Amino acid sequence: MTHHSAFSLFAKALGGHQDWPEQWPDAAPKPAYDAIIVGGGGHGLGAAYYLAKKYGITNVAVLEKGWIGGGNTGRNTTIIRSNYLYDESAHLYDHAVKLWDGLSQELNYNVMYSKRGVMMLAHNVHDVQSLQRHINANRLNGVDNEWLTPQQAKDYCPPLNISPDARHPVLGAALQRRGGTARHDSVAWGYARAAAALGVDIIQNCAVTAIRRGADGAVEGVETTRGPIATKRIGVSAAGNTSVVMQMAGLDFPLESYPLQALVSEPVKPTFPCVVMSNTVHAYMSQSDKGELVIGAGTDQYVSYSQRGALHIIEHTLAAICEIFPIYRRMRMLRTWGGIVDVTPDRSPILGKTPVKGLYVNCGWGTGGFKATPGAGDLLAYTMAKDEPHRINAPFNLDRFRNGRLIDEAAAAAVAH
Amino acid sequence: MILIHCPYCDEKRPEIEFANAGQAHVARPLDPSSQSDEEWEAYLFIRANPRGRHHERWRHVHGCGRFFNAVRDTVTDKFETTYKAGEPRR
Repeated sequence: MTHHSAFSLFAKALGGHQDWPEQWPDAAPKPAYDAIIVGGGGHGLGAAYYLAKKYGITNVAVLEKGWIGGGNTGRNTTIIRSNYLYDESAHLYDHAVKLWDGLSQELNYNVMYSKRGVMMLAHNVHDVQSLQRHINANRLNGVDNEWLTPQQAKDYCPPLNISPDARHPVLGAALQRRGGTARHDSVAWGYARAAAALGVDIIQNCAVTAIRRGADGAVEGVETTRGPIATKRIGVSAAGNTSVVMQMAGLDFPLESYPLQALVSEPVKPTFPCVVMSNTVHAYMSQSDKGELVIGAGTDQYVSYSQRGALHIIEHTLAAICEIFPIYRRMRMLRTWGGIVDVTPDRSPILGKTPVKGLYVNCGWGTGGFKATPGAGDLLAYTMAKDEPHRINAPFNLDRFRNGRLIDEAAAAAVAH
Repeated sequence: MILIHCPYCDEKRPEIEFANAGQAHVARPLDPSSQSDEEWEAYLFIRANPRGRHHERWRHVHGCGRFFNAVRDTVTDKFETTYKAGEPRR
Protein backbone atom coordinates (compact mmCIF):
# COMPACT_ATOMS: atom_id res chain seq x y z
CA MET A 1 0.00 0.00 0.00
CA THR A 2 1.40 3.38 -0.99
CA HIS A 3 1.57 5.78 1.92
CA HIS A 4 -0.33 8.92 0.96
CA SER A 5 1.44 12.18 1.72
CA ALA A 6 2.10 15.56 0.17
CA PHE A 7 5.39 14.14 -1.06
CA SER A 8 3.81 11.06 -2.72
CA LEU A 9 1.23 13.34 -4.35
CA PHE A 10 3.99 15.57 -5.68
CA ALA A 11 6.07 12.63 -6.86
CA LYS A 12 3.12 11.07 -8.70
CA ALA A 13 2.27 14.44 -10.22
CA LEU A 14 5.65 14.43 -11.93
CA GLY A 15 4.58 11.22 -13.67
CA GLY A 16 1.25 12.73 -14.67
CA HIS A 17 -0.59 10.68 -12.03
CA GLN A 18 -0.34 7.67 -14.35
CA ASP A 19 1.24 5.15 -11.97
CA TRP A 20 -1.00 5.16 -8.88
CA PRO A 21 -1.39 1.55 -7.73
CA GLU A 22 -4.82 0.04 -7.00
CA GLN A 23 -6.13 1.12 -3.60
CA TRP A 24 -6.78 -2.42 -2.44
CA PRO A 25 -6.83 -5.84 -4.16
CA ASP A 26 -10.10 -7.24 -5.50
CA ALA A 27 -10.13 -10.41 -3.40
CA ALA A 28 -11.73 -13.76 -4.23
CA PRO A 29 -13.38 -15.65 -1.37
CA LYS A 30 -11.32 -18.19 0.59
CA PRO A 31 -13.02 -21.35 1.99
CA ALA A 32 -12.97 -20.12 5.59
CA TYR A 33 -12.53 -16.97 7.69
CA ASP A 34 -12.40 -16.16 11.39
CA ALA A 35 -15.10 -13.58 10.86
CA ILE A 36 -17.33 -12.41 8.03
CA ILE A 37 -18.96 -9.03 7.64
CA VAL A 38 -22.07 -9.01 5.46
CA GLY A 39 -22.31 -5.63 3.75
CA GLY A 40 -19.46 -3.58 2.32
CA GLY A 41 -20.68 -0.13 3.23
CA GLY A 42 -18.88 2.25 5.57
CA HIS A 43 -20.22 0.50 8.68
CA GLY A 44 -19.19 -2.98 7.54
CA LEU A 45 -15.78 -1.91 6.25
CA GLY A 46 -15.25 0.04 9.46
CA ALA A 47 -16.06 -3.05 11.51
CA ALA A 48 -13.57 -5.11 9.48
CA TYR A 49 -10.91 -2.44 9.91
CA TYR A 50 -11.35 -2.19 13.69
CA LEU A 51 -11.50 -6.01 14.04
CA ALA A 52 -8.08 -6.17 12.39
CA LYS A 53 -6.60 -3.02 13.92
CA LYS A 54 -7.84 -3.12 17.51
CA TYR A 55 -8.57 -6.78 18.15
CA GLY A 56 -6.01 -8.54 15.96
CA ILE A 57 -8.61 -10.53 14.01
CA THR A 58 -7.23 -10.12 10.51
CA ASN A 59 -8.58 -13.25 8.79
CA VAL A 60 -11.78 -11.38 7.93
CA ALA A 61 -13.87 -11.09 4.78
CA VAL A 62 -16.25 -8.29 3.89
CA LEU A 63 -18.93 -9.59 1.52
CA GLU A 64 -20.59 -6.97 -0.64
CA LYS A 65 -23.34 -7.95 -3.06
CA GLY A 66 -22.74 -4.93 -5.29
CA TRP A 67 -19.71 -2.68 -5.30
CA ILE A 68 -17.95 -0.93 -2.43
CA GLY A 69 -19.71 2.26 -1.45
CA GLY A 70 -22.56 1.68 -3.91
CA GLY A 71 -25.28 1.31 -1.31
CA ASN A 72 -26.37 3.80 1.31
CA THR A 73 -22.76 4.84 1.96
CA GLY A 74 -22.69 6.48 -1.46
CA ARG A 75 -26.31 7.66 -1.33
CA ASN A 76 -26.54 9.68 1.88
CA THR A 77 -26.19 13.43 2.37
CA THR A 78 -22.98 13.06 4.44
CA ILE A 79 -24.15 14.95 7.52
CA ILE A 80 -22.32 14.41 10.81
CA ARG A 81 -23.71 15.49 14.18
CA SER A 82 -24.35 14.08 17.64
CA ASN A 83 -26.99 16.39 19.13
CA TYR A 84 -29.38 13.60 20.11
CA LEU A 85 -31.69 13.99 23.08
CA TYR A 86 -31.31 10.83 25.14
CA ASP A 87 -28.19 9.88 27.07
CA GLU A 88 -27.77 6.56 25.25
CA SER A 89 -28.01 8.21 21.84
CA ALA A 90 -25.78 11.14 22.73
CA HIS A 91 -23.06 8.73 23.90
CA LEU A 92 -23.41 6.55 20.81
CA TYR A 93 -23.33 9.34 18.24
CA ASP A 94 -20.69 11.37 20.07
CA HIS A 95 -18.48 8.29 20.16
CA ALA A 96 -18.63 8.41 16.36
CA VAL A 97 -17.97 12.17 16.17
CA LYS A 98 -14.87 11.73 18.32
CA LEU A 99 -13.62 9.05 15.91
CA TRP A 100 -14.36 11.28 12.91
CA ASP A 101 -11.91 13.78 14.35
CA GLY A 102 -8.77 11.76 13.69
CA LEU A 103 -10.07 9.52 10.94
CA SER A 104 -8.18 10.97 7.97
CA GLN A 105 -4.87 10.59 9.82
CA GLU A 106 -5.73 7.14 11.13
CA LEU A 107 -6.67 5.80 7.70
CA ASN A 108 -4.02 7.83 5.83
CA TYR A 109 -6.90 8.77 3.56
CA ASN A 110 -8.56 12.16 3.33
CA VAL A 111 -12.20 11.66 4.33
CA MET A 112 -12.69 15.44 4.08
CA TYR A 113 -14.36 15.77 7.48
CA SER A 114 -15.36 19.41 7.61
CA LYS A 115 -16.60 20.81 10.93
CA ARG A 116 -18.72 23.46 9.29
CA GLY A 117 -21.48 23.28 11.88
CA VAL A 118 -24.98 21.82 11.79
CA MET A 119 -27.74 24.32 12.41
CA MET A 120 -31.28 23.18 13.18
CA LEU A 121 -34.01 25.73 12.64
CA ALA A 122 -36.93 26.49 14.93
CA HIS A 123 -40.05 27.68 13.11
CA ASN A 124 -42.60 27.73 15.92
CA VAL A 125 -42.88 27.81 19.70
CA HIS A 126 -42.77 24.05 19.97
CA ASP A 127 -39.55 23.94 17.94
CA VAL A 128 -37.98 26.57 20.18
CA GLN A 129 -38.81 24.62 23.33
CA SER A 130 -37.80 21.29 21.82
CA LEU A 131 -34.46 22.54 20.48
CA GLN A 132 -33.62 24.32 23.75
CA ARG A 133 -34.39 21.12 25.61
CA HIS A 134 -32.02 19.33 23.23
CA ILE A 135 -29.32 21.95 23.86
CA ASN A 136 -29.60 21.51 27.62
CA ALA A 137 -29.63 17.72 27.41
CA ASN A 138 -26.67 17.73 25.00
CA ARG A 139 -24.57 19.99 27.21
CA LEU A 140 -25.20 17.74 30.21
CA ASN A 141 -23.78 14.91 28.10
CA GLY A 142 -20.74 16.90 27.01
CA VAL A 143 -22.05 17.42 23.48
CA ASP A 144 -21.65 20.97 22.19
CA ASN A 145 -24.82 22.72 21.11
CA GLU A 146 -25.81 26.36 21.39
CA TRP A 147 -28.81 28.59 20.81
CA LEU A 148 -28.73 31.24 18.08
CA THR A 149 -31.11 34.15 17.61
CA PRO A 150 -32.52 34.58 14.09
CA GLN A 151 -29.92 37.26 13.32
CA GLN A 152 -27.08 35.09 14.64
CA ALA A 153 -28.43 32.24 12.50
CA LYS A 154 -28.39 34.47 9.44
CA ASP A 155 -24.87 35.65 10.23
CA TYR A 156 -23.81 32.00 10.36
CA CYS A 157 -25.68 31.11 7.16
CA PRO A 158 -26.30 34.22 5.01
CA PRO A 159 -28.71 32.65 2.47
CA LEU A 160 -31.23 32.04 5.26
CA ASN A 161 -34.46 34.02 5.03
CA ILE A 162 -35.28 35.33 8.52
CA SER A 163 -38.03 37.73 7.50
CA PRO A 164 -40.93 37.55 9.95
CA ASP A 165 -43.24 37.43 6.94
CA ALA A 166 -41.64 34.24 5.60
CA ARG A 167 -43.77 31.19 5.01
CA HIS A 168 -41.60 29.36 7.56
CA PRO A 169 -40.39 32.11 9.95
CA VAL A 170 -37.12 31.42 11.74
CA LEU A 171 -37.50 31.94 15.51
CA GLY A 172 -34.01 30.74 16.32
CA ALA A 173 -31.68 27.84 15.75
CA ALA A 174 -29.57 25.25 17.55
CA LEU A 175 -26.00 25.04 16.33
CA GLN A 176 -23.61 22.16 16.86
CA ARG A 177 -20.28 23.55 15.71
CA ARG A 178 -18.54 20.16 15.73
CA GLY A 179 -21.14 18.87 13.27
CA GLY A 180 -20.47 18.98 9.58
CA THR A 181 -19.93 16.80 6.56
CA ALA A 182 -17.43 14.30 5.15
CA ARG A 183 -16.88 12.80 1.74
CA HIS A 184 -18.88 9.56 1.93
CA ASP A 185 -17.05 7.65 -0.83
CA SER A 186 -13.73 8.45 0.79
CA VAL A 187 -14.94 6.96 4.04
CA ALA A 188 -15.74 3.63 2.38
CA TRP A 189 -12.57 3.64 0.27
CA GLY A 190 -10.40 4.72 3.19
CA TYR A 191 -11.68 1.94 5.43
CA ALA A 192 -11.47 -0.63 2.61
CA ARG A 193 -7.89 0.34 1.81
CA ALA A 194 -6.78 0.38 5.44
CA ALA A 195 -8.57 -2.89 6.23
CA ALA A 196 -7.13 -4.63 3.16
CA ALA A 197 -3.64 -3.48 4.18
CA LEU A 198 -4.15 -5.33 7.48
CA GLY A 199 -5.15 -8.54 5.68
CA VAL A 200 -8.93 -8.19 5.31
CA ASP A 201 -10.43 -9.57 2.08
CA ILE A 202 -12.82 -7.12 0.42
CA ILE A 203 -15.03 -9.25 -1.80
CA GLN A 204 -17.41 -7.54 -4.21
CA ASN A 205 -20.27 -8.99 -6.26
CA CYS A 206 -20.76 -11.63 -3.58
CA ALA A 207 -24.30 -11.79 -2.25
CA VAL A 208 -25.05 -13.94 0.79
CA THR A 209 -27.86 -16.37 -0.06
CA ALA A 210 -28.04 -18.48 3.11
CA ILE A 211 -26.63 -18.70 6.64
CA ARG A 212 -25.47 -22.18 7.63
CA ARG A 213 -26.01 -23.25 11.23
CA GLY A 214 -24.79 -26.27 13.17
CA ALA A 215 -26.73 -28.74 15.34
CA ASP A 216 -26.35 -26.42 18.37
CA GLY A 217 -27.79 -23.51 16.37
CA ALA A 218 -24.53 -21.58 16.14
CA VAL A 219 -23.49 -20.17 12.79
CA GLU A 220 -21.08 -22.30 10.74
CA GLY A 221 -20.85 -20.26 7.58
CA VAL A 222 -22.64 -18.64 4.69
CA GLU A 223 -23.69 -19.63 1.20
CA THR A 224 -22.91 -16.97 -1.33
CA THR A 225 -23.21 -16.39 -5.06
CA ARG A 226 -19.47 -17.11 -5.14
CA GLY A 227 -19.62 -20.37 -3.19
CA PRO A 228 -19.84 -21.43 0.46
CA ILE A 229 -17.62 -19.83 3.12
CA ALA A 230 -17.12 -21.27 6.60
CA THR A 231 -16.96 -19.00 9.65
CA LYS A 232 -17.96 -18.96 13.32
CA ARG A 233 -18.70 -15.24 13.46
CA ILE A 234 -20.93 -13.21 11.18
CA GLY A 235 -21.55 -9.49 11.55
CA VAL A 236 -24.50 -8.29 9.51
CA SER A 237 -24.29 -4.66 8.47
CA ALA A 238 -26.69 -4.72 5.53
CA ALA A 239 -28.84 -1.61 6.11
CA GLY A 240 -32.11 -1.88 4.16
CA ASN A 241 -31.60 -5.57 3.42
CA THR A 242 -31.07 -6.61 7.04
CA SER A 243 -34.54 -8.18 7.32
CA VAL A 244 -33.80 -10.35 4.29
CA VAL A 245 -30.43 -11.51 5.69
CA MET A 246 -31.87 -12.15 9.15
CA GLN A 247 -34.62 -14.30 7.63
CA MET A 248 -31.82 -16.60 6.45
CA ALA A 249 -31.08 -17.28 10.12
CA GLY A 250 -34.78 -17.64 10.91
CA LEU A 251 -34.99 -14.34 12.77
CA ASP A 252 -37.86 -11.86 12.40
CA PHE A 253 -36.62 -8.34 13.02
CA PRO A 254 -38.44 -5.19 14.14
CA LEU A 255 -37.49 -3.36 10.94
CA GLU A 256 -39.19 -1.82 7.97
CA SER A 257 -37.30 -0.71 4.85
CA TYR A 258 -38.21 2.55 3.15
CA PRO A 259 -36.80 4.51 0.21
CA LEU A 260 -35.09 7.72 1.30
CA GLN A 261 -34.26 10.26 -1.38
CA ALA A 262 -31.64 12.91 -1.87
CA LEU A 263 -30.77 15.26 -4.69
CA VAL A 264 -28.05 17.64 -5.80
CA SER A 265 -28.13 20.84 -7.78
CA GLU A 266 -25.83 21.97 -10.52
CA PRO A 267 -22.44 22.99 -9.03
CA VAL A 268 -22.05 26.67 -8.12
CA LYS A 269 -19.50 28.79 -6.29
CA PRO A 270 -19.36 28.50 -2.48
CA THR A 271 -22.51 30.16 -1.14
CA PHE A 272 -23.62 27.91 1.67
CA PRO A 273 -21.15 27.65 4.55
CA CYS A 274 -22.76 25.09 6.87
CA VAL A 275 -25.41 22.40 7.17
CA VAL A 276 -28.95 23.61 7.83
CA MET A 277 -31.72 21.27 8.88
CA SER A 278 -35.34 22.01 9.39
CA ASN A 279 -37.21 19.09 10.84
CA THR A 280 -40.52 20.92 10.90
CA VAL A 281 -40.69 21.61 7.18
CA HIS A 282 -38.57 18.55 6.48
CA ALA A 283 -35.65 19.84 4.49
CA TYR A 284 -31.94 19.86 4.99
CA MET A 285 -29.13 21.14 2.90
CA SER A 286 -25.38 21.64 2.63
CA GLN A 287 -22.97 22.45 -0.19
CA SER A 288 -20.40 19.92 -1.28
CA ASP A 289 -16.80 20.88 -1.99
CA LYS A 290 -17.61 20.28 -5.65
CA GLY A 291 -20.19 23.08 -5.38
CA GLU A 292 -23.42 21.13 -5.59
CA LEU A 293 -26.15 21.88 -3.11
CA VAL A 294 -26.82 18.55 -1.41
CA ILE A 295 -30.44 18.26 -0.32
CA GLY A 296 -32.06 15.53 1.70
CA ALA A 297 -35.72 14.65 1.26
CA GLY A 298 -37.96 12.42 3.33
CA THR A 299 -38.81 8.74 3.12
CA ASP A 300 -41.69 7.37 1.11
CA GLN A 301 -44.60 6.19 3.18
CA TYR A 302 -44.52 2.55 2.10
CA VAL A 303 -42.09 -0.34 2.51
CA SER A 304 -39.96 -0.74 -0.60
CA TYR A 305 -36.64 -2.10 -1.84
CA SER A 306 -36.82 -0.24 -5.15
CA GLN A 307 -33.97 2.27 -4.41
CA ARG A 308 -36.12 5.01 -5.92
CA GLY A 309 -38.75 7.25 -4.43
CA ALA A 310 -41.71 9.29 -5.53
CA LEU A 311 -41.34 12.73 -7.09
CA HIS A 312 -43.87 14.39 -4.81
CA ILE A 313 -41.54 13.78 -1.86
CA ILE A 314 -38.84 15.80 -3.64
CA GLU A 315 -41.31 18.52 -4.62
CA HIS A 316 -42.29 18.88 -0.98
CA THR A 317 -38.66 19.26 0.10
CA LEU A 318 -37.77 21.70 -2.66
CA ALA A 319 -40.81 23.83 -1.87
CA ALA A 320 -39.49 24.17 1.68
CA ILE A 321 -35.93 24.87 0.51
CA CYS A 322 -37.15 27.65 -1.81
CA GLU A 323 -39.05 29.28 1.06
CA ILE A 324 -36.20 29.11 3.55
CA PHE A 325 -33.45 30.03 1.06
CA PRO A 326 -35.10 32.19 -1.63
CA ILE A 327 -31.80 32.82 -3.42
CA TYR A 328 -31.87 29.22 -4.70
CA ARG A 329 -35.27 29.49 -6.37
CA ARG A 330 -33.78 29.42 -9.86
CA MET A 331 -31.22 26.69 -9.17
CA ARG A 332 -31.56 23.64 -11.36
CA MET A 333 -31.36 20.20 -9.86
CA LEU A 334 -28.88 17.85 -11.44
CA ARG A 335 -29.96 14.44 -10.23
CA THR A 336 -31.99 12.60 -7.61
CA TRP A 337 -31.59 9.10 -6.21
CA GLY A 338 -32.88 6.88 -3.47
CA GLY A 339 -31.48 4.45 -0.95
CA ILE A 340 -33.26 1.87 1.18
CA VAL A 341 -33.14 2.63 4.89
CA ASP A 342 -34.07 0.19 7.65
CA VAL A 343 -36.20 1.85 10.28
CA THR A 344 -36.86 0.51 13.78
CA PRO A 345 -40.02 1.26 15.78
CA ASP A 346 -38.11 3.62 18.13
CA ARG A 347 -35.89 5.13 15.41
CA SER A 348 -32.75 4.01 17.24
CA PRO A 349 -30.33 1.43 15.84
CA ILE A 350 -29.94 -2.20 16.87
CA LEU A 351 -26.27 -2.93 17.49
CA GLY A 352 -25.24 -6.08 19.30
CA LYS A 353 -25.81 -9.81 19.64
CA THR A 354 -28.73 -11.80 18.26
CA PRO A 355 -30.43 -14.94 19.65
CA VAL A 356 -28.27 -16.97 17.21
CA LYS A 357 -24.80 -17.76 18.55
CA GLY A 358 -22.08 -16.18 16.42
CA LEU A 359 -24.46 -13.84 14.62
CA TYR A 360 -24.12 -10.13 15.33
CA VAL A 361 -26.06 -7.26 13.89
CA ASN A 362 -25.65 -3.57 13.18
CA CYS A 363 -28.87 -2.24 11.68
CA GLY A 364 -31.81 0.07 12.13
CA TRP A 365 -29.90 3.30 11.57
CA GLY A 366 -32.84 4.45 9.53
CA THR A 367 -32.35 7.79 7.86
CA GLY A 368 -29.20 8.75 9.80
CA GLY A 369 -26.51 6.10 9.68
CA PHE A 370 -23.68 7.89 7.89
CA LYS A 371 -22.72 10.10 10.85
CA ALA A 372 -22.26 6.98 12.97
CA THR A 373 -19.99 5.14 10.52
CA PRO A 374 -16.76 5.03 12.57
CA GLY A 375 -18.60 4.48 15.85
CA ALA A 376 -20.84 1.72 14.50
CA GLY A 377 -17.87 -0.04 12.91
CA ASP A 378 -15.86 0.22 16.11
CA LEU A 379 -18.69 -1.04 18.32
CA LEU A 380 -19.65 -3.91 16.00
CA ALA A 381 -15.99 -4.97 15.97
CA TYR A 382 -15.87 -4.81 19.78
CA THR A 383 -19.08 -6.83 20.10
CA MET A 384 -17.84 -9.49 17.67
CA ALA A 385 -14.37 -9.71 19.21
CA LYS A 386 -15.55 -9.92 22.84
CA ASP A 387 -18.89 -11.66 22.23
CA GLU A 388 -20.50 -8.98 24.38
CA PRO A 389 -21.59 -5.43 23.66
CA HIS A 390 -19.56 -2.39 24.66
CA ARG A 391 -21.27 -0.29 27.32
CA ILE A 392 -22.02 2.35 24.67
CA ASN A 393 -24.00 -0.02 22.44
CA ALA A 394 -25.37 -2.25 25.23
CA PRO A 395 -28.65 -0.24 25.44
CA PHE A 396 -29.17 -0.68 21.68
CA ASN A 397 -29.91 -4.39 21.99
CA LEU A 398 -32.64 -6.40 20.34
CA ASP A 399 -34.24 -7.27 23.69
CA ARG A 400 -35.48 -3.72 24.20
CA PHE A 401 -38.50 -4.44 22.01
CA ARG A 402 -39.44 -7.21 24.41
CA ASN A 403 -38.67 -5.60 27.76
CA GLY A 404 -39.94 -2.20 26.67
CA ARG A 405 -36.75 -0.27 27.32
CA LEU A 406 -37.02 1.66 24.07
CA ILE A 407 -34.76 4.58 23.14
CA ASP A 408 -37.51 6.61 21.60
CA GLU A 409 -35.69 9.17 19.49
CA ALA A 410 -38.62 9.21 17.06
CA ALA A 411 -40.30 12.12 18.77
CA ALA A 412 -37.07 13.63 19.99
CA ALA A 413 -35.01 13.90 16.81
CA ALA A 414 -38.03 14.33 14.53
CA VAL A 415 -37.87 12.81 11.08
CA ALA A 416 -34.67 14.05 9.54
CA HIS A 417 -31.49 12.51 10.90
CA MET B 1 -45.97 8.60 -8.08
CA ILE B 2 -47.84 5.33 -8.07
CA LEU B 3 -51.53 4.90 -8.89
CA ILE B 4 -53.59 2.94 -6.40
CA HIS B 5 -56.93 1.27 -7.01
CA CYS B 6 -59.38 1.96 -4.19
CA PRO B 7 -61.72 -1.05 -3.96
CA TYR B 8 -64.49 1.12 -2.49
CA CYS B 9 -64.36 3.98 -5.02
CA ASP B 10 -63.42 1.45 -7.74
CA GLU B 11 -61.02 3.99 -9.22
CA LYS B 12 -57.26 4.29 -9.75
CA ARG B 13 -56.11 7.44 -7.97
CA PRO B 14 -52.67 9.00 -7.32
CA GLU B 15 -50.71 7.95 -4.28
CA ILE B 16 -50.99 11.37 -2.58
CA GLU B 17 -54.69 10.68 -1.94
CA PHE B 18 -53.74 7.70 0.20
CA ALA B 19 -52.01 7.03 3.48
CA ASN B 20 -50.10 3.83 4.01
CA ALA B 21 -51.08 2.13 7.26
CA GLY B 22 -48.45 -0.57 7.54
CA GLN B 23 -48.55 -4.32 7.32
CA ALA B 24 -52.00 -5.87 6.80
CA HIS B 25 -53.63 -8.69 8.76
CA VAL B 26 -51.87 -7.91 12.04
CA ALA B 27 -54.65 -8.81 14.47
CA ARG B 28 -54.79 -7.23 17.90
CA PRO B 29 -54.82 -9.96 20.58
CA LEU B 30 -58.37 -10.74 21.71
CA ASP B 31 -57.28 -11.29 25.32
CA PRO B 32 -54.47 -8.76 25.88
CA SER B 33 -53.81 -9.60 29.53
CA SER B 34 -52.98 -13.22 28.71
CA GLN B 35 -50.23 -12.28 26.24
CA SER B 36 -46.58 -13.00 26.99
CA ASP B 37 -43.83 -10.44 26.42
CA GLU B 38 -42.83 -12.34 23.27
CA GLU B 39 -46.37 -12.15 21.90
CA TRP B 40 -46.58 -8.42 22.62
CA GLU B 41 -43.24 -7.86 20.94
CA ALA B 42 -44.44 -9.74 17.86
CA TYR B 43 -47.72 -7.83 17.76
CA LEU B 44 -46.27 -4.37 18.38
CA PHE B 45 -42.89 -4.38 16.71
CA ILE B 46 -42.03 -7.35 14.50
CA ARG B 47 -42.94 -6.68 10.87
CA ALA B 48 -42.70 -8.83 7.75
CA ASN B 49 -40.64 -6.38 5.64
CA PRO B 50 -40.34 -8.83 2.71
CA ARG B 51 -38.34 -8.21 -0.42
CA GLY B 52 -41.14 -9.11 -2.84
CA ARG B 53 -44.82 -9.80 -2.25
CA HIS B 54 -46.14 -7.70 0.63
CA HIS B 55 -49.58 -7.39 2.24
CA GLU B 56 -50.25 -3.88 3.48
CA ARG B 57 -53.06 -1.58 4.56
CA TRP B 58 -53.86 1.68 2.86
CA ARG B 59 -56.41 4.36 3.69
CA HIS B 60 -58.03 6.50 1.02
CA VAL B 61 -57.76 9.61 3.25
CA HIS B 62 -58.50 12.20 0.57
CA GLY B 63 -61.26 10.11 -0.97
CA CYS B 64 -63.73 7.81 0.70
CA GLY B 65 -61.63 7.74 3.89
CA ARG B 66 -61.82 3.97 4.22
CA PHE B 67 -59.16 1.37 4.98
CA PHE B 68 -58.44 -1.44 2.54
CA ASN B 69 -55.75 -4.05 1.96
CA ALA B 70 -53.33 -4.38 -0.92
CA VAL B 71 -50.75 -6.80 -2.25
CA ARG B 72 -47.71 -5.04 -3.66
CA ASP B 73 -44.29 -6.13 -4.83
CA THR B 74 -41.75 -4.18 -2.76
CA VAL B 75 -39.05 -4.40 -5.43
CA THR B 76 -41.07 -3.04 -8.37
CA ASP B 77 -43.68 -1.18 -6.26
CA LYS B 78 -46.29 -2.69 -8.60
CA PHE B 79 -49.69 -3.45 -7.06
CA GLU B 80 -50.92 -6.98 -7.61
CA THR B 81 -54.38 -6.38 -6.19
CA THR B 82 -56.34 -4.36 -3.67
CA TYR B 83 -59.31 -5.66 -1.67
CA LYS B 84 -61.73 -4.46 0.95
CA ALA B 85 -61.00 -4.69 4.66
CA GLY B 86 -62.42 -7.86 6.18
CA GLU B 87 -61.96 -9.91 3.01
CA PRO B 88 -59.65 -12.91 3.30
CA ARG B 89 -55.92 -12.52 2.70
CA ARG B 90 -55.00 -12.93 -0.96
